[in-house]
Amino acid sequence: MESRRNPRAVVDPKVRQVGFFTSSQPESSSTQPHQQQTDPISASASASSPPVSTISPSGNSLSPVMIPPPRLNSSDTFPLRGAAAGASSAVSPSSFSYSNRRDFPDGSTTASPGRHSRGSFVKSSTPVASSLPGIGMDSMAAAKSSSVPASGLTTVSVATMPPGLAEKASGMEVQSDQKKNSKPLKEKTTKAERRAIQEAQRAAKAAAKADGGKVPPGTSASVASTSVKAAKPAKPSTQKNEVAVAAGVTEKKGGPSEKDRKKDAPHPRMQYDDESRVVKAKRRAVVKQTEAKNRVELFRHLPQYEHGTQLPDLEAKFFQLDPMHPAVYKVGLQYLSGDISGGNARCIAMLQAFQEVVKDYSTPPEKNLNRDMTAKISSYVSFLIECRPLSISMGNAIRFVKNRIAKLPITLSESEAKAALQSDIERFINDKIIGADMVIVKHAVTKIRDGDVLLTYGSPTAVEMILLHAHELKKKFRVLVVDSRPKLEGQLLLRRLIKRGISCTYTHINAISYIMHEVTKVFLGASSVLSNGTVYSRVGTACVAMVASAFRVPVLVCCEAYKFHERVQLDSICSNELGDPNAISKVHGREDINYLDGLTNNANLQFLNLMYDATPSDYISMIITDYGMVPPTSVPVIVREYQKEHLLV
Amino acid sequence: MPDVQSMVAEFVNKLRKRKIEGSQATAKCTVELLRSVISHQRVPHANQAAALIDAVKAVGQQLVAANPVELAVGNVVRRVLHIIREEDLSLTTAAMAGLDLLDASDDDDIDNCKGIGYPAMSAAVVAAAARSTLRPPSLQTLLEGTPESATVPYTSSSGADSESKSKSADKSSLTRKLKHDVIEGVNQLIQEISGCHEQIAEQAIEHIHQNEVILTLGSSRTVLEFLCAAKEKKRSFRVFVAEGAPRYQGHLLAKELVARGLQTTVITDSAVFAMISRVNMVIIGAHAVMANGGVIGPVGVNMAALAAKKHAVPFVVLAGSHKLCPLYPHNPEVLLNELRSPSELLDFGEFSDCLDFGAGSGSLQVVNPTFDYVPPNLVSLFITDTGGHNPSYMYRLIADYYSADDLVM
Repeated sequence: MESRRNPRAVVDPKVRQVGFFTSSQPESSSTQPHQQQTDPISASASASSPPVSTISPSGNSLSPVMIPPPRLNSSDTFPLRGAAAGASSAVSPSSFSYSNRRDFPDGSTTASPGRHSRGSFVKSSTPVASSLPGIGMDSMAAAKSSSVPASGLTTVSVATMPPGLAEKASGMEVQSDQKKNSKPLKEKTTKAERRAIQEAQRAAKAAAKADGGKVPPGTSASVASTSVKAAKPAKPSTQKNEVAVAAGVTEKKGGPSEKDRKKDAPHPRMQYDDESRVVKAKRRAVVKQTEAKNRVELFRHLPQYEHGTQLPDLEAKFFQLDPMHPAVYKVGLQYLSGDISGGNARCIAMLQAFQEVVKDYSTPPEKNLNRDMTAKISSYVSFLIECRPLSISMGNAIRFVKNRIAKLPITLSESEAKAALQSDIERFINDKIIGADMVIVKHAVTKIRDGDVLLTYGSPTAVEMILLHAHELKKKFRVLVVDSRPKLEGQLLLRRLIKRGISCTYTHINAISYIMHEVTKVFLGASSVLSNGTVYSRVGTACVAMVASAFRVPVLVCCEAYKFHERVQLDSICSNELGDPNAISKVHGREDINYLDGLTNNANLQFLNLMYDATPSDYISMIITDYGMVPPTSVPVIVREYQKEHLLV
Repeated sequence: MPDVQSMVAEFVNKLRKRKIEGSQATAKCTVELLRSVISHQRVPHANQAAALIDAVKAVGQQLVAANPVELAVGNVVRRVLHIIREEDLSLTTAAMAGLDLLDASDDDDIDNCKGIGYPAMSAAVVAAAARSTLRPPSLQTLLEGTPESATVPYTSSSGADSESKSKSADKSSLTRKLKHDVIEGVNQLIQEISGCHEQIAEQAIEHIHQNEVILTLGSSRTVLEFLCAAKEKKRSFRVFVAEGAPRYQGHLLAKELVARGLQTTVITDSAVFAMISRVNMVIIGAHAVMANGGVIGPVGVNMAALAAKKHAVPFVVLAGSHKLCPLYPHNPEVLLNELRSPSELLDFGEFSDCLDFGAGSGSLQVVNPTFDYVPPNLVSLFITDTGGHNPSYMYRLIADYYSADDLVM
């Protein structure tokens, strides 16, 4: 199986090119890009899609910017089916979003509103898709509906396509796909067929009703009916192919092919100054975040929300968010309220929630576990993103989970697959996070000598473990805990260290040059280490590292290798996370500091609460990771090696 | 003079209890106190300048001891001493010139004195020439001074004394005149201190351009006026203010900036490094400027200066002349610093049982320094009320304001 599918991965981009370049090639594939490019049509697709997605029972989201794999259409055996698929796939196959642009989903293109759908994950997506134009019209404003016939027209044009070409192009695939599908074909066909008819009729009716105005009712109705007719016989095979292709696509991800590497390259993140996309993303969002009004000009590209407003709303919505797994929901709320913070804690919480998801998962009928679960995880991830932007380490963990799902052998039964997944996730937590910390502690403790004065900033878990372990080894050292507003995480660390009897000195980050004289080593944690050696960490880390290197004090960064990422970053501005701006104006526990009380809505005054900063690699003497102690220049090597391992394991 | 004594005592008390803080306020109070000390000082007939100097020094020592970290106090005391010496010198020379005495005169307190060879010289010129003795020799003084230096040895240092005794008619007027002139000079100093903001702010327009992004930290009146002056001249720019934990002076500054209509963004202190790459200029107000060009400023300044250096962002220090300290610092981070209460950082109740109160019993220490030292190599420019200067030039600027004798009080 594996060997048969792999070549397809290589073929895939070619098929796509065909769509763009040659008209003589199967038009079914060329309709796809066409639809994307022609403005009114794509507008209709995108305009209709977000409202549709709230209604559509497909359970699959549509991200309007996505180019669905054209192979979908070419896999149809009959031209008419191709037409139906052509019409539908523009709208439906957003479940491919992750297989296409995958793995570091931070909300840019992938936010999938699957959870909007009203509890009908069970239904298969394709028949619904065929009825989509109708529904779209239904929900759309009448003005927009004018474009629908256009899409219908394209389908018609496809319908006139000579049947042989499409078949030729996709015949082989269809065969192989059909083989893969072990389920009995007959039964499914009838079921799907019936549903397709039903839906299409309903859609046609709705369409006819909805736009008496601009569109001549006859045309739209006829278009709809033709598409329905076309869809009727086509449905079953289309759907199945889609599923199979999806499996193929996701599976391909596993292999370190050329395309895979391309996909692995981090795709551009969502830029929040791009208004049209923000609007779209907002329409899809579950968590209704209110945008902060008074934003810092430099950071318009980052999401800036008013804090504390979404929580009650989200709590109230709990019962409406049907497809959301409660474990994920809980974790999301914990992120939102800040109950879970810190890279490892967040990552473990997420993975454990996913374990729950896997445990409670049952493959809906007529669905493929690999594909459906990936889609589900994707929708959960986008929910989590809405609660709080993902950390890089979480992105890596999600990538791992999806990889595992995609690489599940198709021969496994559902329970086996679930068990395998659960144990995989468990292993990730144990090996890559907890185990890695142990190794880091073992390495780092060798660097602590009697009489050392160690400085740490914030509350990094790895460093805390190192300090506690060194203390257990009866090493004599003193710890300087440096803290900063507004989180004051250092106080928590201080409390824990003092409880263990370690002698500490506490100060704030401004005083760093005052105390750096006595420091012998600086231990820092990291949220991520990027492949140019930049350490992406809690804001202020760069200051500490800079002052330390100015005072010639070695800076040791402790970071698990699963947090390494191949992205590069030079400053702390292009990518960052904005915290609650009000946390700055109010000084906790200091009522006398109230200069800015009445000014929070002043247009001239902004508050900037950055969460992270990027420490240049020249300030860092050494990175302690589970692969040993390396200089920052060796990070790309580890990234490469680690990725290989994590793909193969 | 019990009232002066009590005034001094009161001010010392205030300084000790840190009731008065900020170099501007302390400088002003000091100089006003010194003015009343001088005006109440009964001067003897002979050697009035010495008496005044002694009185001022005595008070100055008390004040400096009360708050050795507040360098402005010492600076102002030295400035007043310098004024006394200058006035005395100019008076004696003027008197001599008026009497047309060919006898070379001398300043009592300046041991390395210089005779006056040109009897027709005006008092101002003589004073200027005398002042030049306090400085390293310039080419001109070298050229002009060569013939006179030979005459110096035989002029008696008591010449002025004998002269003032012999001219008893002029004596009382001379005494009164000295005191009057000194008070006049001190008044000028007061004006200079209170007017230094405007002087510095006038230069703002030359340093701030359109659309500039400026980072500042701490709350400094000088910085506030500087930025507002540029704003008034229709420059539009943005200001990032680091909040300056744990005193949160940045909040105060931000409030005033916003009140004046400037685009202000408050950032946490930890975000200084993150933001510095998008900042065009760092402007801070100094607490004191040392003779080597080093700066003592609000805590956190060194961090900002290092970050600015890393990103090649100009680091500009605004300082009124009363902040120029003629001392060279040694280990200023520790010796010219002050530790404030831990309660600003930690909730006292929670950690009180483990705090180390100096007995070595507890396991927790809290460090809360007030000032930070920026070495001169991190400073790009000083802007004082006399203009912009390089850090390496500060020693020279400082020599204009202080007498070499007063450096150690």
